[in-house]
Amino acid sequence: MSALSSLARLEAAAAGVARPLATVRHCHVAEAPLVLVPLRLAGEAAAPLAVLAGSAPDDPALLVVPQPRNRDLRFAFAADLAKLVLNHIETSRGEVEELPPGKEGEERIRYGDAPQLLVPNRGGVAFLRMLGRSTRFRSTEGPYAVDPAVPVLGRWLTWFADRYDHPGSSLLGAMTELLRLHWATGQSSLEDGNLAALMGWIDPPDGLDGPAAAARAEDPVAWPPAGPATDPTFDNEVLAPAIAAYDASGGGARAEARLRAALAGQLTPTWDLMWRAVEVLRGLPEGASVPKRWERDRDAFTYYHQTFGEAYPQARRDSPVRAARRLHDLERAQDAYDAQRAFDDPLVMAEHRLAGQAFGGVVTECDPARLDETGKRPKLRPHLRVATADPVRLDAGTTVCSAARPALKGRIVEIGGGAVLLELTGGMGRKLTPEPGVVPEAGDRVCFTSLTDGSFGMAKFPDREETPWTHGGPPEEYVPTHEDAEEEWS
Amino acid sequence: MTETAPDLDGLRGAAAPRNHDARTIAALTSNPGCARRGVMDAAGVDKDLVARELGFPAPFGQSQFAITRGNAFEAQVKADGCAELLTLLRERLGLDVPEVAYDDLEVVAGNEGRELRHSRTRRLVARALETGEGTLFDHPLLRLEIAGRFAYLEPDVIAFQLAGRLHVIEIKSFAVVDGQAEPEQVAAAARQSAVYVLALRRMVAELGHDPGRVSHEVFLVCPENFSNRPTATPLDVRPQLAVLERQLARLTRIDDILAELPGDLTFEPGERLAESVRAVEARYAPECMSGCEMAFFCRDEARACGSTGALGRSVRDDLGGVDTIGTALALADGSLAPSDDLAETAEQLRTAARLRAEALEGVA
Repeated sequence: MSALSSLARLEAAAAGVARPLATVRHCHVAEAPLVLVPLRLAGEAAAPLAVLAGSAPDDPALLVVPQPRNRDLRFAFAADLAKLVLNHIETSRGEVEELPPGKEGEERIRYGDAPQLLVPNRGGVAFLRMLGRSTRFRSTEGPYAVDPAVPVLGRWLTWFADRYDHPGSSLLGAMTELLRLHWATGQSSLEDGNLAALMGWIDPPDGLDGPAAAARAEDPVAWPPAGPATDPTFDNEVLAPAIAAYDASGGGARAEARLRAALAGQLTPTWDLMWRAVEVLRGLPEGASVPKRWERDRDAFTYYHQTFGEAYPQARRDSPVRAARRLHDLERAQDAYDAQRAFDDPLVMAEHRLAGQAFGGVVTECDPARLDETGKRPKLRPHLRVATADPVRLDAGTTVCSAARPALKGRIVEIGGGAVLLELTGGMGRKLTPEPGVVPEAGDRVCFTSLTDGSFGMAKFPDREETPWTHGGPPEEYVPTHEDAEEEWS
Repeated sequence: MTETAPDLDGLRGAAAPRNHDARTIAALTSNPGCARRGVMDAAGVDKDLVARELGFPAPFGQSQFAITRGNAFEAQVKADGCAELLTLLRERLGLDVPEVAYDDLEVVAGNEGRELRHSRTRRLVARALETGEGTLFDHPLLRLEIAGRFAYLEPDVIAFQLAGRLHVIEIKSFAVVDGQAEPEQVAAAARQSAVYVLALRRMVAELGHDPGRVSHEVFLVCPENFSNRPTATPLDVRPQLAVLERQLARLTRIDDILAELPGDLTFEPGERLAESVRAVEARYAPECMSGCEMAFFCRDEARACGSTGALGRSVRDDLGGVDTIGTALALADGSLAPSDDLAETAEQLRTAARLRAEALEGVA
């Protein structure tokens, strides 16, 4: 949180409606995302109870485990969910793009599209991760055989959850987090975790303001929780008797239908809310670098899809080299994501201006044809004086670039008296006079920042076999075991 | 202490006092500056009832599925004189537990009185420290001084004596998957265990022994992965202990708060209940929602007076401690001239407001 987003919260509280934190959308929204609203049985780590899933608002599929403690029913549910998710994955690939061959001449391709999963909140992501963990090691043969789709689902869910940790990735999204990236409400972040309350602030129904809509959303009868945890009162008064009736009827169709109806009643309000939220997000213009980040997601998807058959299920714990590489990737992605959002969105750049890492203002003086002739050859070094009221915390000598056109680079010469003197150093063409329209003129509004997109490059990591002794030496090869396949799931 | 006692009983009215448990004590330390909570807890007021009477019932219901699972797991671990637990301690943690004696202190000779149970706990702990007799003590009844008053603690834990040192064993039903559990749940368990360790240490000190004989290492027993098989994990609660001791020491003295309150104040249900509750100042923060029954009432009150704290501690910190939304916005738009101590905050807010307006200009 910063003073800027805190101020937005105050404004929202005073106005009774959410206030923007972004002027563009910073995430990709697929044409037909797979929306999943999962429920878990209370008190269990990963016992699925129900899920409402589908890629169109009017076409939800309801999957239910009528007796969540029954292992066979649980795996039947996992198999059904697997078919649904795997179908979405296979139908979301799009056309194959041929890419120029790699360094060693290998063929490279990229799928034209990738699947997108959307869940209501972070709890939903955690649940998918757990469900992935509890199904990916299962064996499809032997005494504890499960449907072949189950371990495949487990690996894909694990992969999606893994990508969720990747800053800027849009393959798996938690709706509350996506909305909070773009709006500030007049309630605390704890209350923002409730999707219905959050949407109440962002898009209040007719006749209500944000606080009233949020208050109504806190009533679990009007707005059942968005999962994966259920409302305890629903558990005690509706679910428990319905499950007992199902047991007593010996798995009767009517008892099961009643149970399904009860769970559908808990899930449908959140389902509708999810699609409304998708519409709200679509209403924002897409940020300039969103397609680039989605391309990285497509690359990751293509790679995993292509190598799926050769790989084992993801390890319970990463090996040292893999863990180090993953951390490095996450840090790079975070760095690039932060910078890209700022370049895409003046409201995000405002955060950096407030922090003194960027400044904006009007050009008061400009010498576009200035040459630096101290060296052997003259160099084009235009001077630019920018009047700014921002609290600049950059030193003379710092390299900066233009927020509007990051290729335009410069160096701070001096700061003081409400102005910054810049010497432009690059991005103006190869001649001794700048390309027309590149150097800002007096009277232009400009913004310069010390942020750079992708400031640090890939690090080198040893191969798995070369893991140094400081990190335990090369890890043992993974061999699937019966223990993994037979793990209890009670 | 005797002077405030009648007052505190009066606050509660005719109702019987409610026991503290480790959860309420651990939560108390998360908001030590809240006078309302301090007074109500010290008097043993049924906050859940008060909140309901005020029209702000606390949503702390528990699902019977969770309760059943928790009880079943605990019963399984403790079955046959804690057979599974002992196997765990010996095999998983490699502890050299010799012969075993199991004492359940829940009921003393058919009597559930707190004094009696507490003195039995004391006696057995004293014996264990002096002679090394006894291994597992289930349901010990401890007590801890909170803001000048003793609170009895009903821990659902086992005190475990090994080589003259006492350990706390806590049984929880959340899963440990591949050696990892949900951080919030582990943190809550660590805070609760720290309360028991502290209470046990105080008792040991009262008995004239070195409080260091109660280990800061507690054992957390949880289901492993997705099964019902228990696993034990040692947990160092020194950080939680330090926080707890510091917070308890600086808990606003109840006597001082009471001295400021009208003598006839009572939290008995009735027309004047809301007025009485409001007479004691609260310090609401969104974190209260997870631990205090009064949270919804206090939140409503905080929102009604436009408190910045209701938006979260980090928001309040960003605003340099400006208390109300109206003041902060007035400082931001320049309609209110700041006092000297707020000059810096006001400057920051005005810059933030200008930058926001500038960035939103093109859009709106």
